[in-house]
Formats: sequence, C-alpha cells, structure tokens
Amino acid sequence: MTSEATVLNSHHSDQVKADQLKTARQARYSPGQSAHKFSLYLYPLVALALLLLVNVLLDPQFFSLQWQEGRLYGPLIDILNRSAPVALLAIGMSLVIATGGIDLSVGAVMAICGAVCANLLLLGDWSIPAVIGLAVLTGLACGLVNGVMVSYLGIQPIVATLVLMVAGRGVAQLLNQGQIVTFQNPDFAALGSGSFLGLPVPVWLVLLSLLIMQLLLRRTALGLFIEAVGCNAKASRYLGIDDKGIKLSVYLLTGCCAALAGIVATADIQGSDANNAGLWLELDAILAVVIGGAALTGGRFSLPRAVIGVLIIQALSTTIVVSGLPAKFNLLIKALVILLVLMLQSELFRNQLKAVFSFGKAHGGKA
Amino acid sequence: MSEQINNAAKLVLQLRQINKNFPGVKALQQAQLSLYAGEVHALLGENGAGKSTLVKVMTGVLQKDSGELLLDATALSFATPKDAQQAGISTVYQEVNLLPNLSVAHNLFLGSEPKRFGLINKKAMANQARQLLSTFGLDIDVTAPLSEFSVAVQQLVAIARGIAPKRGAACTKVLVLDEPTASLDADEVQNLFQVLRQLKQQGVAIVFITHFLDQVYQISDRITVMRNGCFVGEYQTASLNKAELIAAMLGKELCQQRHQTPCLVVEQSESILTARQLSSGQSVQQLDLDLPAGQAVGLAGLLGSGRTEICRLLFGLDQADGGTLSFAGKPIKLSSPAQAIALGIALCPEDRKSQGMIAPLSIRENISLALQAKQGWWRVISKKKQQQLADFYIEKLQIATPDADKAIGQLSGGNQQKVILARWLAVEPQLLLLDEPTRGIDIGAHAEILQLIRQLCQQGMSLLVTSSELEELTAFSSKIVVMRDRKKVAELRGEDLNPDRIMAAIAGASV
Amino acid sequence: MSRTYLPLWITFSLVLVMFATGASQFEGFASLRVVTNLISDNAFLLVTALGMTLVILSGGIDLSVGSVIALSGVAAALLIGPYQWHPLMAFAVILPCAALFGAGMGALIQYYQLQPFIVTLAGMFLARGVATLLSEESVAIEHPFYDAVAEFGLELPDGGWLGATSLLTIALVLLMLVLTHYSRFGSYVYALGGNSQSAQLMGVPVARTTILLYASSSMLAAMAGIIFSFYTYSGYALAAVGVELDAIAAVVIGGTLLTGGSGFIIGTVLGVLLMGLIQTYINFDGSLSSWWSKIVIGGLLFFFIALQKLLSKKLQNKAGGHA
Repeated sequence: MTSEATVLNSHHSDQVKADQLKTARQARYSPGQSAHKFSLYLYPLVALALLLLVNVLLDPQFFSLQWQEGRLYGPLIDILNRSAPVALLAIGMSLVIATGGIDLSVGAVMAICGAVCANLLLLGDWSIPAVIGLAVLTGLACGLVNGVMVSYLGIQPIVATLVLMVAGRGVAQLLNQGQIVTFQNPDFAALGSGSFLGLPVPVWLVLLSLLIMQLLLRRTALGLFIEAVGCNAKASRYLGIDDKGIKLSVYLLTGCCAALAGIVATADIQGSDANNAGLWLELDAILAVVIGGAALTGGRFSLPRAVIGVLIIQALSTTIVVSGLPAKFNLLIKALVILLVLMLQSELFRNQLKAVFSFGKAHGGKA
Repeated sequence: MSEQINNAAKLVLQLRQINKNFPGVKALQQAQLSLYAGEVHALLGENGAGKSTLVKVMTGVLQKDSGELLLDATALSFATPKDAQQAGISTVYQEVNLLPNLSVAHNLFLGSEPKRFGLINKKAMANQARQLLSTFGLDIDVTAPLSEFSVAVQQLVAIARGIAPKRGAACTKVLVLDEPTASLDADEVQNLFQVLRQLKQQGVAIVFITHFLDQVYQISDRITVMRNGCFVGEYQTASLNKAELIAAMLGKELCQQRHQTPCLVVEQSESILTARQLSSGQSVQQLDLDLPAGQAVGLAGLLGSGRTEICRLLFGLDQADGGTLSFAGKPIKLSSPAQAIALGIALCPEDRKSQGMIAPLSIRENISLALQAKQGWWRVISKKKQQQLADFYIEKLQIATPDADKAIGQLSGGNQQKVILARWLAVEPQLLLLDEPTRGIDIGAHAEILQLIRQLCQQGMSLLVTSSELEELTAFSSKIVVMRDRKKVAELRGEDLNPDRIMAAIAGASV
Repeated sequence: MSRTYLPLWITFSLVLVMFATGASQFEGFASLRVVTNLISDNAFLLVTALGMTLVILSGGIDLSVGSVIALSGVAAALLIGPYQWHPLMAFAVILPCAALFGAGMGALIQYYQLQPFIVTLAGMFLARGVATLLSEESVAIEHPFYDAVAEFGLELPDGGWLGATSLLTIALVLLMLVLTHYSRFGSYVYALGGNSQSAQLMGVPVARTTILLYASSSMLAAMAGIIFSFYTYSGYALAAVGVELDAIAAVVIGGTLLTGGSGFIIGTVLGVLLMGLIQTYINFDGSLSSWWSKIVIGGLLFFFIALQKLLSKKLQNKAGGHA
C-alpha cells in the first residue's frame, strides 16, 4: 500500500501522482463495508448452543418432537413456551436499559393487567379484543406513570419504578378483592395454553412482538434515537432529538410488553393471582438483557439477543433438571452463571484472564 | 521586609521538561514551571494550552511520561493525588471538590476529625472550624451543610482545608487554585485576594490559574504562559503589559502557518441573522449582531468572554431574556435546538467529546443523525442513503478511516471533528455556527477546514466561527466581532482584519 | 430548621398522625403493648434496614439481604439441630461468614467497577441458592437457649414486654447511630455518597470503606436472620422473600436519599415504625384488606421521593444562582 507521502515525493508527472494519490486514498477507505455484527451474537448463541448440547448429552431424547392432536410436544417446545412471559418483558426491558434506565415494576404491571383481564372476563359481556385492548391500555397507563416520573420529574429510574413495584401488587389485589380470580373462557385461555400451526400461542406472541418491535425500532429511526439518548443524552439534545420524549416512549413500550406478558400468564392459568403473577420476573428480564450483552449503563441494544438471553436462562433451568441435579441447585447455578457473565463483561477481568492464559502459554512453551 | 526577600529567594517547586502524551495528542512538550515561596504565580493559556494537564501532573492526578518534579530540591513522583497532598501540595478545583452533603466543619477535617473516647468530638470540631475560618474572615454556621453556602464561601472552605494541618501530611507548601474566581462577584474576589495575600505572608506558594487578565495584574507576582502544550515564557507581572501578555498567549510569535489572506471582496448582502440588545442572564449582555448572508463572521475574544454563550443562545440551547432576534427577515424566539435546526441553524459545539460525538455509534450513524433528527423518527433515512451520505462526506472532508461503520470513538481527534462537521453539513443549514472548529486538530487538518469554510461561503452558506487562532479567523472572515467580558467591544473589517488589531481590541487598548 | 432535617420531621409527624388516628379509632391502640409489639414484630426488618441505610448512604444498594436472612436462619437451624452446636457458637461462626460474603460483594463492586444493583442481585440468588441447597424444608429449632431467650425480657406497665430480641434491636440501633454519625467510618460512608470523586481526592479510603460497608450490611442481615429465627423457632430457605424491598422502602420513607449522601439512622427507625403502624392499624380494623398497606406504602414512597426531588432542586437553584 503506497502512502501519500511516498507518492507526493516521487518523480512522476502530476497527472500520474494524482491517480496514484486517489488509489492510495481508496486503499485506505473502501466504501460499503459494514461491521461484523455477527460476532456480537456469537457469545450468546454459543452459550445457548453449549447448554443445548449438554442437555442432549444428558438426555438423548432432548431434541425429540412429537406431533399430537395438531401440536408439537417436546423439551425444546417447553423451553420456548415457558420463557414466553419473560421474553415479552425482556423486549421492553431492553429498551429501558438502552436509555440507561431500569424498570422494576414490570412484574407488578403484569399482575395489574392480569387482574383487569380476569375481572372483565368475569363480567361476561366484554369481547376478547376489547379485554386485550383494555389490558394493554392499563399497561400503557402504568408505563406513562413511570415515564413521566423519570423524564419530566427527573426521578432516578430505579426509584421511580420502585413505587409501582410496591404499590402495583396492592392495586392488583384491590382489583381482585384479595381473591384469586378465575374464569372460564376457552377462547381467551387459548392465548395462554392454545396452539397454532403446531407451536404454542405464547411462542407466536413472542415472535409477533419481536417482529413488530424490530420493525418499529429498526425500520424507523426510533431505535437509533434510543441508542443515541442512551449513549449521550446531552449530545442527543444538541442534535435536536427530544430526549425526554424518547425516554417517555420507552417506558410506554415496556408497559405495553408487560401487559402482553400479563395477558399470557392469566390466559395460561385462566385466573389472576395478584400475589404471584410475574413475581420476580423483572429480575429475570434484567438478567436476560445483560446476558444478551447489553450494558446496564445504556447504549446499543438488541432485541433478538435479549430473547436469546431469556432462552439461556430457561435452558439453564432445564439443564439442571435434565442433569438429574435436584431442583435445589437451581438458584445457586443461576447465581454463578450471572456472576460469570458479569465478570466477562468487565474489561479488567478479561485482561486479567488474558494475562493468566498468556502466562500459562509462555511457561507451557518453555517446557 | 527582609523576611519577604528570604521567602522570595526560596525555590519551592520546580517542574522541568515535562512531557505527557495521550493517544494521538501531545498534551505537554517540555513544559516547565518554577515556584518560589510566598509568591502568587499566575498560570495562563487558552483552552488546550496544557495548563490543566500540567497541574494534574503536579498534583498527582496524572503521571508524567518524562521530566523532573522537584519539591524543595527533592525529586519526587506522585502516584496518586493523596501522595501530592501528603507532600504538601493542596489543590482547590473550579468545581470545589468538597462534599456538599457534609457540614462545613466536617469538610474541613474529614480524615483528621478530633476525637474523644474514640468517637468524633463534634463540638471540638466545630470550634476548631470556627477558629480556622475566622483567620479567613469567615463567620458562618460551621454545622450547616456545605451546600447551603455560596460558591465563594465553599471555595474559601476548600482553601482552608488545603491549608489546615492533616493527619500524617506535611504542612502545605504549595496551593493550586484552578479558576477560583470564575463564579465570584467583585466583592468576593477582593475578599479572596485578601486571603491570598495573608497566605503569601505565611510563605505559601500559590499557583493561580485564571482567564481574567485584570485579576492577574491585581494579585500575581509572576506569570507563566503556555500554548499548545509548550512553555512560552515566564515573566514578572510588573514588567509585562497586557498587549504583550495577550500576544504571548495567542502565540503571535509562534505562528508557523502563513495563511494566504485572500482578496475578500465584501459585497453588501442581506443579513441572515440580526440580534438587537440580545441578553441572557449573566452569559450574554446586550448583544447587537448582524450576520451577512453568504459570508463568514469571526468571533474573537479570550476564554470566558461570552463567545460560546452566544453560539448557545443562537442555537436555542439557552433562552434569551431580553432583546430581539430575527432570522431570514422574520423575528424568532428560539426555545430548543430542534427548532433552530428546523429553521436552518446548526451548531458544531466546542466540546466534541461530551456535546458532539456519540461515541459507541458508528461514523455513518453519527453523520446522518442530525439529518435524521430533523426528519423525525418516522421518515427514516435508508441504510443505502446513509451509506451514500457517509461516503460523500468521508471523501469530501478526507476523513481518515477504512470503514464507515467504525465506532467514532476510535478515530483521532481531528477526524472526529470532521465527522461532527459532516453531520451538520448534511443538514444543509443556512447558518452554521462553528465553536472552535480547529481545536485539538493537527496542523494539516486546520488548513483543510479553513478551505472548507471558504468553499461553504462560496456556496452561499453563512457562518459564525469562534476561534482563538486569530490568523485563521482573518483567513476567511469578512468581519470579526470582538468580545470582552460578555460584551461586544469591537467589530473589525477590511484593513483592520489582522491579528495585531484584533489583539489590541481584545486587550482594550485605544485605537 | 435546616432543609436536611425536613424529611425526618415529616416522617416523625406521620408516625404521630398514624398513632393518633389508630388511638382515636380503636380501643387499646394507645398502649405500650402495641408499641412494644411493634418493635418485636419488626425487629428483624429494622436490623436489616440499619444495614441497608449504610449501603444506601454510600450511594449503593443491597438486594441480597432477604436471602442472607434466610441463609443465616437455615444455617443456624442446621448447626443447632442436627450438628448439636450451642446457638452462641453457631452465631459466632455465621456472623463472620456473612461479613465475608458482604465483603466479597463489596470487593467485586469496587475492583471491577460493577454496579451494586446487579452484583447484589447475584448475591441474592447465591445466598438463597445455598440456603435451598442446605435444606429445602423448614428446619425446626429446639434448644434450651432459645427458650431462655424467649423468657428473658423486661416487663413494662400497660402490658408492654421488651423481649431479648427487642432489647438487642434497640442496642443495635444505638450502635449504628454511633457508628454512622460519630465515627470516621461513618463520615467516609457519607463522603462516598456525596461525591465519590471528591471523597477520593480528599483522601477517603474508598476501597476499604466500600468493602466494609457491604460486609456490615450482610452481617446485620445475618443478625436479623438470627432474630427472625427466635421469632419463628425455625430456619427456612424461603423465608424473608421481598424483605430487601421493605427495607429499601423503610429507608426512603425515613428520609434517606436513594442517590446517597443524605439521611439518618433515626429516619430509618421512624420509617420502620410507620410501616409497622400502618400494618397494626389494618390488623386492628379487621375489615381493611392487607393490600391497602402495599398501596399506602407505595404512595408514601412516591410522596417522599417527590419531596426529596423538590428539595434538591431548590438547593440546586440556590447554589446555581450565584454563578
């Protein structure tokens, strides 16, 4: 590769120099190359693959699928199905975390929306789309409360969403008058336990939400604005981006996702249990987003990677079961995995690991 | 009297041939400083001159790459700020690095609290605090939180803490004050100077960093000037006049570039922007400004004269509270950057790190972001169009990068600036505000940017350019507005467009 | 009256208001029996909240305390029961171990610059995981020491009873009062919460302080677990779920800023009292459902958070107005 200095100092004619300069500059820069985003997916996908591999080694039947009465059954389907509510939460949580915030209230919002569904269905004369619509509106309202507190009142996200996290279950209990409200509505129940084209409906809902969100965020500039605000809110303001509006909309979207998750959970058990619906799921959602590679401080996000994070968490639980380890090891292993992921995300730790390995290599080489 | 002579003769701190490099930037090149006991020594230089870096090396915040630091003739090396403090060098930063939530007394004695029976003796601490502050002429409630007091008081508390004896530390020999008067009013400044004179008598050597030249003449004994990371000169305050000082700071003698002064034929043109008696709190006072269409206007003045504040005001970042503003013939009231951008005004800010670039995002995204923000979130610029835009500006501005998808944070300072510039050019504004566009950029890139500014004028864009590089301003400006202390003091045209005249106007010498 | 004390006074007034409301409505509410019950029922929460106050004052958070309560309870039960250790020996081992656990979290937070939220979240899973591993079922505690402790106490007029655990709690409150407000360590904690960069420049030993305060939080949580075991005569891995949230709520209602640097131990005590009074009121009423306490506490949280925001904005304007 000829450097410009060499070209300029050469003895050629000006025309030749000009051509050579152009070539030299082009060698430095070739338009159209895009970054290798695939490498970012590598770690989560490899982790997931490893888990699945371990599973299949322990249980050769792990990948088996059976077709019965128009739907697929099998351990893989179970993983997909059970992770549906958290996956929906993680989609919304990704966005909130991308702006540098956090939403602790999504579990409670799930409970509230579930209570809304159950009570409306009990009343009898509400159509299912209307019930879903109202539940989503409730989710949006909760998101609005959080969003206004964070963007316009300037309250720290962890503090602002804590309020709804505490009060939300109380509100759900209030709606249910302290009971576990059950209903009989096979059409609605299909949202939680039914199937479509062989796959469980919740899985379809996750795929649909993922698709719609990706379109909304990546086919418009919304995703870019969210990332910009998360990386540098000040510079975003200087660009003319309405950072307050962006933060508000992110909490609205999360509320919507929480509502969907609540609908799925309620449909699944045909009831609303205000105390247990979505309990601690917000923590799983946050973990999934972090495992998927996002930084808690905000910036770049990826919805598919967050969903992979959810699958990793669920696969981990399944692996523990399949391995024959008693369920009591669940939490411990989860904790160790989280710690490992956290450490790997820290640059200092990665450098230390590299130092250890190169030390080993040097000494191994000498022997 | 003889005591003072003794003090003056004693060399307390010497920094010799200090070099400090950051990736891509030579922050300090053979910098030096000599401090004598009992003197107030002013350290002057524009932004990027290297004075804060030198101070950070002196106080242990940064480590020098090479050079010597001698305290009382002993060579020392400070690994942490605490080492410097233990050795007797105390620093009071502009942001007053104390704890606003703790009481005044506690701030004074944190880490060295008086104890009784193993517990902090709050009464004794308060008494000692009152005693200490009374020597500074301060009589305040020392049990109240520090945040309840004005910046002037907080600063005095910080100085008191700097002077007060600490557990395990040597007594204070050097006191470094970084822009101490930036937030003080006239009375508070005089009060501070009283305190400094007292400390001088006690033999403390004081380093006084400021951009207020009048204050330098009031309180300092000697001056060290820095520019572009280099030591320019060391002077006795009494024998250096203001004009010579400004010349040293702005580097007339050190100027390497000889820019061609083009024959600027200045035709009368319409004003694209007119400001009458525009004011905004303390930042901008009664500004009258006319920006002619299709020409570049230079904005000159020292740090703190209000140039950046004018740019912020004209971009909608700050609100005006007095006067009128009209753009393209229509009166406007700017309330947000988004509004300004929609009208056709763009600002390339001074601090590209915190106000300009969005570091993890790619070059392509950074370039198209302003245009995208203008269009709104729904009408997205396709990836193809983004790529075309990026390619176009990378070529046009000669941005050195093999790949438009590289994160902007990985580029050199000069190239980062070009990307930010490209971003605003992409919006095709009618008026482009450039705040110090050539700061922190290598000399070669300077020429490219100046060329670009001339080209933009030819294409009909109007520009307002702030710069401390007076030679560069004269290279493309049709007129230069000179600011001092937040007010416009001169407007120079034609033959007056030369660095000498500009510096004279800044210094305030009569025509 | 200084602005810093304002939230404290508000909480205090609310406690009085709540007490007065209950006293006016219910027979027997305004009795020492109610007050001492308040202390003994909420002793474990108060002790936990003391540690949480310290952590929040430094600008951090500790989500693991509930799990540490459970773990120490299970560990105590197992050591005392199947292994036949004397309770005091068991406590002498459990408390330092808890301190080590907290120190570990503090070290990760400090040296790898990880966020306290997620590190203590991992700690929460870890502690509960170990507890579940030790025993999935509840383990009963039977020991003459426990009986002796149950009988030990101060009888007060009006049906009041200050049991050993209540006395211990009061002692711990006094200890924490002294530690937080009159020791150098306490000042360092406030310094960290005020501005950790300034603190470092002022010579505060940041690393040591961080590790110590998370160790203290875990140790106090373990103490709370021991107190809880005296209450329930058992150790259970699923105990104290959600206690960390209650502790955080008590700290915030007590006037401590979640951003750190401002707050008082006495505020936390008042916060716990207020939450306990609300619960007592609901119990006395009988007709009010328990979920109202959640809603009211949520509302109180919002009120105090908004109040803190308002006060800090006013302070900012005051300081900024001089620029």
